[in-house]
Amino acid sequence: MNQARTNPLNTAAMHGALILYTLIALFPVFVILINSFKTRKAIFREPLAMPDADSFSMIGYQTVMKQGDFFLYFQNSMIVTVASLFFVLLFGAMAAFALSEYRFKGNTLMGLYLALGIMIPIRIGTVAILEMMVATGLVNSLWALILVYTAQGLPLAVFILSEFMRQVSDDLKNAGRIDGLSEYTIFFKLVLPLVRPAMATVAVFNMIPIWNDLWFPLILAPAEETKTLTLGSQVFIGQFVTDWNAVLSALSMAILPVLVLYVIFSRQLIRGITSGAVK
Amino acid sequence: MTALTLTNVNKSFGKVHVLKDINIEIEEGEFVVFVGPSGCGKSTLLRVIAGLEDASSGEIRIGDDVVNMTPPSKRGIAMVFQSYALYPHLNVRKNMSLALKQEKQPKDVIDARVAEASRMLNLEEYLDRLPSELSGGQRQRVAIGRAIVRQPKIFLFDEPLSNLDAALRMNTRIEIAGLHAQLGTSMIYVTHDQTEAMTLADKIVVLRDGRVEQIGSPMELYNNPANQFVAGFLGSPAMNFFPAGQVAEGDDRTMGVRPEDLYLADDGALKVDVSHVEKLGGDTNVIANFGGQQITARLFGQHDIAEGQSLSLGFDADKAYFFSPDGERLYE
Repeated sequence: MNQARTNPLNTAAMHGALILYTLIALFPVFVILINSFKTRKAIFREPLAMPDADSFSMIGYQTVMKQGDFFLYFQNSMIVTVASLFFVLLFGAMAAFALSEYRFKGNTLMGLYLALGIMIPIRIGTVAILEMMVATGLVNSLWALILVYTAQGLPLAVFILSEFMRQVSDDLKNAGRIDGLSEYTIFFKLVLPLVRPAMATVAVFNMIPIWNDLWFPLILAPAEETKTLTLGSQVFIGQFVTDWNAVLSALSMAILPVLVLYVIFSRQLIRGITSGAVK
Repeated sequence: MTALTLTNVNKSFGKVHVLKDINIEIEEGEFVVFVGPSGCGKSTLLRVIAGLEDASSGEIRIGDDVVNMTPPSKRGIAMVFQSYALYPHLNVRKNMSLALKQEKQPKDVIDARVAEASRMLNLEEYLDRLPSELSGGQRQRVAIGRAIVRQPKIFLFDEPLSNLDAALRMNTRIEIAGLHAQLGTSMIYVTHDQTEAMTLADKIVVLRDGRVEQIGSPMELYNNPANQFVAGFLGSPAMNFFPAGQVAEGDDRTMGVRPEDLYLADDGALKVDVSHVEKLGGDTNVIANFGGQQITARLFGQHDIAEGQSLSLGFDADKAYFFSPDGERLYE
């Protein structure tokens, strides 16, 4: 970094602010984690204390493992999230490419129509969606969730990606055309690698709401064999009694896979956020 | 034999009429430069020839074939872009061989052509590098190499030098001229720089607002411009224009004299006040005010002229051009 432009006070203030923000953001996660390793009494007596020899207990994790098919829920969540992301990115990128690359009648109108979904929450259409799923026999299948999440993610994906695709040099695509590449090869081999940071951004924005969603799994796929992790954890929350040990343990474990996916995307993500600003 | 024939080519983007009735014929082996100010449609015309844009009407013929409906890769053309447009994820060798692989050429043919092109362009040591590891001039050479390996009927250059610095631009210009002499293939070259046009072209096409203003060899256009626009566009510094009435009483034409045709003469027709002097060593450019018009005189050698001085400039009567008020050339 440039010596002349940094002064120790500024640097300290900047790091101070960032550290404070990190602490605030991580605090709830931290509380969930420490309490998942404590006995029920200890959780209520001193929620903020670290687990010690007295209060340490794995009872929550044991309950989670015993009760319900936790690994199946886990697998369902994973399948739904990864498949939805795949379709959102694939179809979003294709639509964005068409909108930014080709001149056709109604191009702008189509772009606006696709962007409209950003403003209208998909949950408003829940009843209609449920009726459609019943009619097509997709209720209680993972496909119901994958389709809904794909639809939910597409508007923002098209909006962000088409902006990025417009920045990909026309000359490059035209060079491909002159060299005899098909439009599909140009899309997959030339354009997609160049908008990878934007794809990672879209993936992260979509991943967390899908992973955490309770609404659609509860309505469209509440059957035992299609329960997602978030829905599965609800069995521990009762109207009168809540098994906090189990809930906290389930939540702690649910953080892991998102964390892994996030680490995979984050390097790309940072480039995606800054790529418009620098260079 | 003609390499390319454009007949009444028009192009509109929606309501904007970009190219208006373009008729051009290009002979085999000719180096043709399209030149004109920004937005005159020269790049669009090149893209129509390449097949990257469809012509709204008119006929494009490459060799003997009408190619209006032929995709770019089947037209027998190769193009070099202003931004180089190298494939960022492929190394130099693969950048050059991609088109041949798409044509399903045998491997030994591909290798031979890549070797030949990289030898011509001194790229042999860089074949395994990625475009991001090359300098601007090297990237431009790779882009040219990518065009050469296809052995096209026509090369298309879209302002290939505008991203290079001045020294490199001159070198690359000479290389392109050398390449044309070596290959003998027709080349179409788009630029807004009249120096490039004058130095490279066998034939210059001057465009303005989507129309062809004049076609001819560089010297034809320089010595015999068809109108005031062509006269003012070619030549550097640009031709001086002033009302002929300022020299001869009662003349309502516009008079044009090239800066290099003006000389110091005590009884000269132009009495001017010097506003700026550019001393280049070999030449001295005098920018002066002549009755409210700015005129430039290019004097050979070094002259001791100061700003604010009054000068008297003369010119030979047969070096003067006359134009009507709407810019058409008048022949006496």
